[in-house]
Amino acid sequence: MSEGTVAKKQKLSVPFDYDKYLRPKKLPHIWCPGCGHGIVLKALLRAIEASGLNKDDICMVSGIGCSSRTPGYVDFNTMHSLHGRAFAFATGIKFAKPNMKVIVITGDGDALAIGGNHFIHTCRRNIDLTVLVYTNAIYGMTGGQYSPTTPLGDIATTSRYGNIEPPFDACKMAEAAGASFVARGTAYHTLELEKTILEAIKHKGTSVVDIIDACPTYYGRMNKYKSATHMMEVIEKDGTVSVKQADKLPPEKLEGKLLRGVLYKTDRPEYCEQYATQVMGKATGK
Amino acid sequence: MAEHKKKLLQGNEACVEGAIYAGCKFYAGYPITPSTEIAEGLSVRLPKIGGKFIQMEDEIASIAAAIGGSLAGLKSLTATSGPGFSLKQEGLGYACIAEIPLVIINVMRGGPSTGYPTGPSQADIMQAKWGTHGDHPAIALTPAYVQEILTETVRAFNLSEKYRTPVIVLYDEIIGHMREPITIPEPGELEVIDREKVTCPPDEYFPYDERFEVPPLAPFGTGYRYHVTGLNHKKDGFPTNDSKQINENNLRIMRKIENHKAEIWKNEEVSLKDADVAVFSIGSTARSANFAVKAAREAGIKAGLLRPLTIWPFPDAAVKELAKRVKAIIVPELNLGQMVLEVERCAGGACKVEGIHRVDGEPITPAQILEIIKKHAK
Amino acid sequence: MGEAALKLPNIRINEKLCKGCSICVDFCPTNVLEIKGTVVAVKDLAACTRCQLCDLRCPDFAISVID
Repeated sequence: MSEGTVAKKQKLSVPFDYDKYLRPKKLPHIWCPGCGHGIVLKALLRAIEASGLNKDDICMVSGIGCSSRTPGYVDFNTMHSLHGRAFAFATGIKFAKPNMKVIVITGDGDALAIGGNHFIHTCRRNIDLTVLVYTNAIYGMTGGQYSPTTPLGDIATTSRYGNIEPPFDACKMAEAAGASFVARGTAYHTLELEKTILEAIKHKGTSVVDIIDACPTYYGRMNKYKSATHMMEVIEKDGTVSVKQADKLPPEKLEGKLLRGVLYKTDRPEYCEQYATQVMGKATGK
Repeated sequence: MAEHKKKLLQGNEACVEGAIYAGCKFYAGYPITPSTEIAEGLSVRLPKIGGKFIQMEDEIASIAAAIGGSLAGLKSLTATSGPGFSLKQEGLGYACIAEIPLVIINVMRGGPSTGYPTGPSQADIMQAKWGTHGDHPAIALTPAYVQEILTETVRAFNLSEKYRTPVIVLYDEIIGHMREPITIPEPGELEVIDREKVTCPPDEYFPYDERFEVPPLAPFGTGYRYHVTGLNHKKDGFPTNDSKQINENNLRIMRKIENHKAEIWKNEEVSLKDADVAVFSIGSTARSANFAVKAAREAGIKAGLLRPLTIWPFPDAAVKELAKRVKAIIVPELNLGQMVLEVERCAGGACKVEGIHRVDGEPITPAQILEIIKKHAK
Repeated sequence: MGEAALKLPNIRINEKLCKGCSICVDFCPTNVLEIKGTVVAVKDLAACTRCQLCDLRCPDFAISVID
């Protein structure tokens, strides 16, 4: 079923007044023509509207890179932090003010390479952060170097002979490290992504959404994709299968495809609550 | 309560007392010798008073979490030692440009690298000033006694809140681990400066408003929705490529400290008024210098001690003035020559300057200093 | 659905924000849009089914279908 048909059949969240959550004067954003980051941002803003959260209670923290420019465009408490360290800054804010909804915006290089250790330990603590990893298989801000999710053999400015480093699966990593909500979406499946992000926001604990989106300028051009649309069709639509469909498909049809949807969800004690009840409780003898 | 006022405490424990006294409510750290007792102490104390303690996955994460805690409105602390201080430089620069109050304790141990974890050092003086890249303001305090670790930790919090900037407290392993009887001050006895409250309506608030020398900082989640970045930014916190604005951004964060050096400086002087030979020293080395100066006086030599409790901004004025009226300034320090370069710069040739340096993990003794005092007294 | 559905949709395009990436043009199931110069333009408004895919997949906050 195409997204268009889905859009018709379900109650639509569009047209949507994005300006309610944007800092409209900051637009146009810095992202290249066809970059998927804007599509993801729109899904996120619709999910936030659906969550009913108040703008004053939302904090968005990012690291460094293209996706990490997101906080500059949204009207929340926003922090553009250091490369890879968004998790740690966000942990500090959330821990100091547990009533805030803290959303981490990070890219695959930011989260899985330079921020890999922070990513792991954020998941392990299961602190209540909503983490959106924009996975576009490239370092875009610096001009197209291979990233921890660049597929084997692919071309980047630092892998002219083909990438020899196997790519990371952010979802498997998150689940193994202890995140209590793990999901994947794509910019192509934007309504599905909106619902997934909403579920992630509502979840108490570390929720990680790996979002496949396209970098047509660097990754696309170097790897012979014709356009942003072409990338969305090949990588995001044909390269993924929803978890619901996957159950019905034979293993050979799933080969080389990434699963979409909520991949893992469990109830596990959340860090700030544990601190309040276990640590502060014992320290004060309550 | 009076019977609890006197305590026999280790330097690092006094730091904990100072932090609590100053109103610290957030600590993020990573275990490292010889500063770990600060984390251990605060892990017990903070949850009792509604404060937050978290052990992060590394030193970088620790300073980042502490900056986050501060931005959310809590007085925040992180503590470390040399190798950890190297890692924290990234976050230190962020706190400088984003103007986030924060206190960083560095209990100095031997280096470079892993060096000598259980031995004292004073080799991070220059790192405290120049460790993070780019031009940036630096405030670093250098207590020499256990009691002073408490009071200087309080002063560090005060300065960081007043000037909206990270403040470093540097002391060496000797006083970090030394036990001395100290007095815990009563509430109100020491000044405690809290963050200035923002009162203007949210649409009139600019986190980097250049009309203020130090613009007030609204904590996240209080209705003032604004942007914080490590990029050069405008008054509203958003990044800029405008050279005029970049220049203003860089100069203002320097100016807010530079214009207030006299209030930030703090020196102790020992028999310096009529001195012919002066010693300039900090921390445990200054304690040796104190003995050496007294011994010199007993031997009829007019020796004195200038002991800065603020090493950054460097006490230029005091050293310049001193250099004009003494024959020599002796600079003993547990490194191969860091403060001595600053003293030479300030003396500008007006007197002799000689360093005493030691990097074998042992303290500089009074006898070592006395010998050089005698040499210059001739 | 009969003749009553003839009211044409209102497709709002913000030319200052459009970067001409062509995603909306390519994914439109009924070929309503085209790139004219460097930005998107409406080619065949009558063909629009209000499916809103152009809005949903536009990365630049540049197009929406206001009924």
